[in-house]
Amino acid sequence: MRNLSYLGIGIVFGLALTKGEAISWFRIQEMFHFQGFHMYGIFMSAVSIGALSLFLIKKFRLHSMDGEKIVSPTKGYHHGVIIGGLIFGFGWALTGACPGPLYAQIGSGYLVTMVTFLSALFGTWTYARLQPHLPD
Amino acid sequence: MELLYKPWPWYVAGPIIGLSVPALLLLGNKKLGVSSTMRQICAACVPSGIPFLQYDWKKDSWNLLFVFGILIGGFIGGTLLANPNPVMISQNTVNLLASQGVKDVNGLLPTELFNWQTLLSLKGLLLMVAGGFMVGFGTRYARGCTSGHGILGLSALQWPSLVSTISFFVGGILFSHFVLPHILAL
Repeated sequence: MRNLSYLGIGIVFGLALTKGEAISWFRIQEMFHFQGFHMYGIFMSAVSIGALSLFLIKKFRLHSMDGEKIVSPTKGYHHGVIIGGLIFGFGWALTGACPGPLYAQIGSGYLVTMVTFLSALFGTWTYARLQPHLPD
Repeated sequence: MELLYKPWPWYVAGPIIGLSVPALLLLGNKKLGVSSTMRQICAACVPSGIPFLQYDWKKDSWNLLFVFGILIGGFIGGTLLANPNPVMISQNTVNLLASQGVKDVNGLLPTELFNWQTLLSLKGLLLMVAGGFMVGFGTRYARGCTSGHGILGLSALQWPSLVSTISFFVGGILFSHFVLPHILAL
């Protein structure tokens, strides 16, 4: 039942990404050329809702359904957020897809995106392989 | 009925995407993130004795169900409820892309660039194979993508996520202005 709920949240998330055109190569180009507000609107409203809900979770000390205390996520700094971030940005401009949209594009029937996805898996694997030798 | 096929405005899609943050936390104390699933798939299928891939990936198997859901959501939104009309991007973008040879703005991806034939050309290899590689390599190096850093990290007011999101955009802006035009001209 719990697992079905994760699947369900994923379906809604994927539907919103797709119908909101956040997986559209065209929208991504429009965004990177600052020629439209659409993608920025999606980002800003998503982050606002996320931030508001984290604030409420903290304020009312809400627990998860298992009774676990919800701790606001922390993300540590390492140089990879810049180096890796730039490399991901390059790929985003080419493919028009972040990892979430890769799954959604395949689902949308753009089956050739499976090649992009396999290549992204290979990129992940290559990072894993080189990780001890890369500046962190 | 027609409404079902129309694309959603940003103020509908954005808040729904944002609601995945509390939904996952409240349901099972899970943190939104997509790129980590590619590490899980690597760890499950080709661990190859690499230390970075030796971890208990099964513990996060909820995430694999989540991304399978994204795929189904893409099927519903992009196939069953596909928008029959061209994407309503700005006329400036339409003109810019047309000047670079991308004339068809129907669907979610330009099928003239992303298809099985172009995959055998340098252009297609760069767009799909090199592009995909950089998405996988970069997100793992940054330990997060637009979901984990861009939405969850920013929602939690984590400054490293802000640095990372700015880097995503700087990389994308530089590439789409200065590199992509040359690739499209191939």
